Amino acid sequence: MKRYSAFAIAKEALNNHQGWKRAWAKAQPKRKYDVIVVGAGGHGLATAYYLGKNFGIRNVAILEKGWLGGGNTGRNTTIIRSNYLQDPSAAIYEKARSLYETMSQDLNYNVMFSPRGVMMLAQTEHEVRGYKRTAAANAFQGVETEFIGPARVKELCPIMNIEGPRYPVLGALWQPRGGTARHDAVAWGYARACSAMGMDIIQKCEVTGVRSEGGRVVGVDTTKGAIDCDKLAMVVAGHCSHLAEMAGFRLPVESVALQALVSEPIKPCMDVVVMANTVHGYMSQSDKGEMVIGGGTDAFNNYTQRGSFHHIEETVRALVETFPMISRLKMLRQWGGIVDVTGDRSPILSKTPIEGIFVNCGWGTGGFKAIPGSGWGMAELIAKGHSPLTDEFGLNRFTEGRFIDESVAAGVAH
Amino acid sequence: MSTRLATQGRLINRDKRLEFTFNGKRLQGYEGDTLAAALLANDQMLVGRSFKYHRPRGILASGSEEPNALVNLGEGARLEPNQRATTTELFHGLTATSQNHFPSLEFDIGEINNSLARFLPAGFYYKTFIHPRFAWKHVFEPFIRQSAGLGKAPKEADADRYEHFYAFVDVLVIGGGVAGLQAARAAGEAGARVLLIEQEPHWGGRAPVDGAVIEGKPAEDWVKDTLQALEAMENVTLRNRMMGAGVYDHGYALGYERVADHIPGSDLPRHRLWRIRAKQIVTATGAIERPLSFAGNDIPGVMLATAVRDYVVNYGVSPGDRTVVVTNNDDAYRTALCLKRAGLDVPMIVDVRPLVTSPLATEALQAGIRVETGKGIAKVKGRKRVTGVALCLQAGEGSVIEEVKCDAVAMSGGFSPVVHLWSHCGGKLIWDEANAHFRPDPARAPTGAQGEAFVVTAGMASGAMTTGEVLADADAAGKAAARAAGFTPRRFAAPKAAEEPSEPMAPVWMMPQGASYDLRMKMWLDFQNDVKVSDVQLAAREGYESVEHTKRYTTLGMATDQGKLSNINGLAVLADALGEDIPQVGTTTFRPPYTPISMGAIAGEARGEIFQPLRRTPIHGWHEAHGAHWEPVGHWRRPYAYPKAGETVEEAVHREVLNTRRRVGLLDASTLGKIVVKGPDAGRFLDMLYTNMMSTLKVGRCRYGLMCNENGFLSDDGVVARIDEDTWLCHTTSGGADRIHQWMEEWLQTEWWDWKVYVANLTEQYAQIAVVGPDARHVLERLGGMDVSKETLPFMGWQEGKLGGFDARVFRISFSGELSYEIAVPASQGLAFWEALMEVGEAYGMQPYGTEALHIMRAEKGFIMIGDETDGTVIPQDLGLHWAISKKKEDYLGKRAQARSFMDNPDRWQLVGLETLDGSVLPDGCYAIGEGTNANGQAEMFGRVTSTYYSPTLGRGIAMGLVHNGPQRMGEVIRFGTPDKSFVEARIVDPVFYDKEGEKQNV
Repeated sequence: MKRYSAFAIAKEALNNHQGWKRAWAKAQPKRKYDVIVVGAGGHGLATAYYLGKNFGIRNVAILEKGWLGGGNTGRNTTIIRSNYLQDPSAAIYEKARSLYETMSQDLNYNVMFSPRGVMMLAQTEHEVRGYKRTAAANAFQGVETEFIGPARVKELCPIMNIEGPRYPVLGALWQPRGGTARHDAVAWGYARACSAMGMDIIQKCEVTGVRSEGGRVVGVDTTKGAIDCDKLAMVVAGHCSHLAEMAGFRLPVESVALQALVSEPIKPCMDVVVMANTVHGYMSQSDKGEMVIGGGTDAFNNYTQRGSFHHIEETVRALVETFPMISRLKMLRQWGGIVDVTGDRSPILSKTPIEGIFVNCGWGTGGFKAIPGSGWGMAELIAKGHSPLTDEFGLNRFTEGRFIDESVAAGVAH
Repeated sequence: MSTRLATQGRLINRDKRLEFTFNGKRLQGYEGDTLAAALLANDQMLVGRSFKYHRPRGILASGSEEPNALVNLGEGARLEPNQRATTTELFHGLTATSQNHFPSLEFDIGEINNSLARFLPAGFYYKTFIHPRFAWKHVFEPFIRQSAGLGKAPKEADADRYEHFYAFVDVLVIGGGVAGLQAARAAGEAGARVLLIEQEPHWGGRAPVDGAVIEGKPAEDWVKDTLQALEAMENVTLRNRMMGAGVYDHGYALGYERVADHIPGSDLPRHRLWRIRAKQIVTATGAIERPLSFAGNDIPGVMLATAVRDYVVNYGVSPGDRTVVVTNNDDAYRTALCLKRAGLDVPMIVDVRPLVTSPLATEALQAGIRVETGKGIAKVKGRKRVTGVALCLQAGEGSVIEEVKCDAVAMSGGFSPVVHLWSHCGGKLIWDEANAHFRPDPARAPTGAQGEAFVVTAGMASGAMTTGEVLADADAAGKAAARAAGFTPRRFAAPKAAEEPSEPMAPVWMMPQGASYDLRMKMWLDFQNDVKVSDVQLAAREGYESVEHTKRYTTLGMATDQGKLSNINGLAVLADALGEDIPQVGTTTFRPPYTPISMGAIAGEARGEIFQPLRRTPIHGWHEAHGAHWEPVGHWRRPYAYPKAGETVEEAVHREVLNTRRRVGLLDASTLGKIVVKGPDAGRFLDMLYTNMMSTLKVGRCRYGLMCNENGFLSDDGVVARIDEDTWLCHTTSGGADRIHQWMEEWLQTEWWDWKVYVANLTEQYAQIAVVGPDARHVLERLGGMDVSKETLPFMGWQEGKLGGFDARVFRISFSGELSYEIAVPASQGLAFWEALMEVGEAYGMQPYGTEALHIMRAEKGFIMIGDETDGTVIPQDLGLHWAISKKKEDYLGKRAQARSFMDNPDRWQLVGLETLDGSVLPDGCYAIGEGTNANGQAEMFGRVTSTYYSPTLGRGIAMGLVHNGPQRMGEVIRFGTPDKSFVEARIVDPVFYDKEGEKQNV
């Protein structure tokens, strides 16, 4: 892998940039791999990356139906935080957040992790209590958070109207080392690093069947032919249900569309990420200057990756109240992503009824921030059979009733 | 230079001069001008700076596809950044400033990026700024953020208002060019309700500019006649200044009407967002001309050929004295001829096609214009303004044949149908080889619920290229839409247009074909975001092969124009670099809105006080008048306490508690949910909903009930009263009323639809007032009219009758542990009843109390509060509420879930009371911290505080909490951690702190 640096760019500039190699190699499937990861989104690529990096498992293929990073990795609002309430969540999200801190150096690919700080507004007494509770839990979970008052909120985010007539800001849960990163770059950086380790990233390769013998996985059928494997990781969000069906088991996952939008770019006016759950919307400003806005999920199941307008309206209305200056900005683009939601709104990182098949899905609206932690834990689960990061997120928790419910503190938005 | 012509200008009124300023310069234009036209008329070609390299940028187009001419419009509370000068109608007093430069438009320090462009290719930022780690956040990113962004961030709240409209039509026609007009006419004549919308202030689109002849008359006249005919139809509504912004599922479309942008300060709303339901949608959205990719195609003075024509014909503005026309198709000849007719110089038409013999070419030659075929432009000369072009062979590598002096270049790379609205909801495209564009594939239209197509395209939006084809296609589209909406079209023939013979265009994606790297890095694809041919080629080389990867890696098409000009050119370059066919590469996804729409319009009227309107109980005004300190509860406000003069809120709460416990207090409980459940199957239904048995409840009695979700977690509680044989009244928590009502409806409508039950939410129909305390009975007796003695109205009973002359339903229920009556009266009587109570209660020292006193009193009694002791992870068994779970019932919602191994296991966090050792108040929300850490290095936590108060009754802190195996650990002292990581010790005790035997409430 040719290293990226300012020096390399300067050198290439004199060569009209003709010498840059492919970021990841074009690969055709081999006959057999130790591990096949289905899904070249952030989670799938991270899983493969840590399989290679932490466990030396490099005979790995990552299969992707479309283009890599084209699912929710490339259509989320790029927020990274780990101020979760429940122990298992705080553990995996904080692991992820801490890996984001060094990801650019680790991957030699600038993913632009920017710990600009994330605040979750408390606009009812109930939220105040909920966030104080979260701060109390975080203190003993190794997650740096703080409950701050309205004056500090205003200081951190001057464009906010903290004295709205309906929901004055009473305070906020503040995570100073939360922030944002460039979502596409996370997928591309991992892909490049996986490819450099000799892994095969195979795009436009859809899995059409899962083969098992005697309760053990032996391979998959794809649009590019049959491929054998010892282990198989399904990391395709809501479409895991389809893969599971091919393998002969079911998953407790539903898919719904989540709405997001960006404004036209303007000069910097907001340095932090703000989430407002009571009025229902969240906003940050990208490096390009666009206000990146996330909204709610549709109430009906679908896979269309677009979605309806009424949530956009609800979200924008709430944000115009909270940030009156955005009223004269314009919405540039809206889109939908399909989020896969479980019964307790927490992910599934688990073994399955078929030996050798592992599943990673159910991240709902909170997947992007978890990518490195999810990949780290998933790789350990695949390599060693268990991981402290994933043990609590097993499928068995639904049959045992051992839920990890974050709706308690997180409200709706992740 | 660009200037105003003495003639032409079909859209302007030369009798009405308007003054405006640009960057502080006072300028003049005419009524009917766009800001762009007026700027050109004042020789202001340079209008902005590009995003990345801060290159000088001029006006490129004449419509909403404009990528360059973005300005800060207005000031203060009316500042709008990134407004397109090309779609801004000039008005008197308009102020505009250019964007993205420092210190000035003419001299911009950021232009240094341009000199470094070689070092800043696509995606350079992914490859650098990596070390040192802290530098991204603190050095590089702030710098990038500062130089990125475009317009100024507004600082003030918006001074304007916005509104929403709703429309329901049979046929929505989007686009008021000749195609839209004809489609609307055909659909209207069939009898369909038609809404025809046009984003510009004027009708007719391009046809009048192009000199089309329809039905033997100039297009201008045909447009006028057709408009008249449409206006005469009662079933047709016309709206201009209204853009079709988006098409969504099931015929839902968004219209964005710019009502008062051109008349700021009027009392009209600035924008209207129309939410339109249409049975059929006709998109007559025309086509957009593509730029050509030659070196220096971004220099101010290089414009689209149709735009040059628009400025001359529509506004009487000449973009340049000497304009070189460069093209790969016939249409640009019209521009050359139009310039010539206006008395301007066209030194040369550069046509990439080797041989051109069409009538338009002949006409050009006859007009004395030099036509160079098989040629291209090697390079445009100039920096802030075109000074000339270098001619080369299209087939070659760019050796210069000749240099031609000029001050403008009109380019045309062919036309792409506007397919956005077609594509928003899933319409598919096909590649049209002849015209080198994607056009809608009628066989794969967006479909509705029944699989029926609900969008049809008309005119150039379908790919029709001559006026005759456009009219025929539009007529058919209008008729087809009417037919699909259930109407019978009339058999009128489509209007005929004069023939417009032309020669096939020649797709050219790079000029010249074999251009060197140095030329390719000066060929702009995306003008605003500074994406060049070399960038797309680099992306392809680096493996960003999917069109989505290329877009995201290079930012091609991600600017405020959303790639209207750059998409097709970009993907053609990509396809070429990959050695694939264009249709194989495909397009990126078209997302709403078509062009950006204001956030204000999306938010609509619901602002300030009416953003999520406040709900008020009938007694709200009284509370306000009596100094209530409010607490928001759902959309309600409830009095938290009623501080008296000189009293803190906390002191007020303590006083209220003591007064209620010792004498009598009054609580407005009107926000409590009140849902009537009625019908022969109501009992059975409630048995499923509640963990308790409700069907056996006797008429006249009340029962405290619990509701769980399917996962077994406690979701709401409240007292249920049986009104008569078939009727139950369910009280819910204040915050839960709407949710529980929906929950009931969901089960009734989706699972038990055959059960005979109705539910109605009567929360707002009754005022409910709790009279609480040892003297409660005396107060009611003094009010008179109903026997409220223990014998007639025992604890957990209710009765109906007159109380002090009011129709009242009185419940003997208690959430405080005191003798307590909750009295429901019709909402309209609520205030009067409250005041009557206050009056008779005075003798007993009655005082109102708020929610905090309520909370403290329930905690003193160990009563749980939904949302405090529960958080969606707690089952009734955790709270010691086994007694409220029926053992006899076969099923209830949550029963099966509660039988799961982890829930069934008594080894859980369970409810206990907590007392600090020194009587202080335990901090809220803290966790019980054990020794050691778990596998993830987190401290061991085994419990938490759920409610904590100072009890004025007991004179010390009391708390409730959930502790692992708590009830088995009575007396144990455990430690709780605070957010600053200090610890507080507390003893586990019984959760009932006050009147353990319940002697006070049952008297």
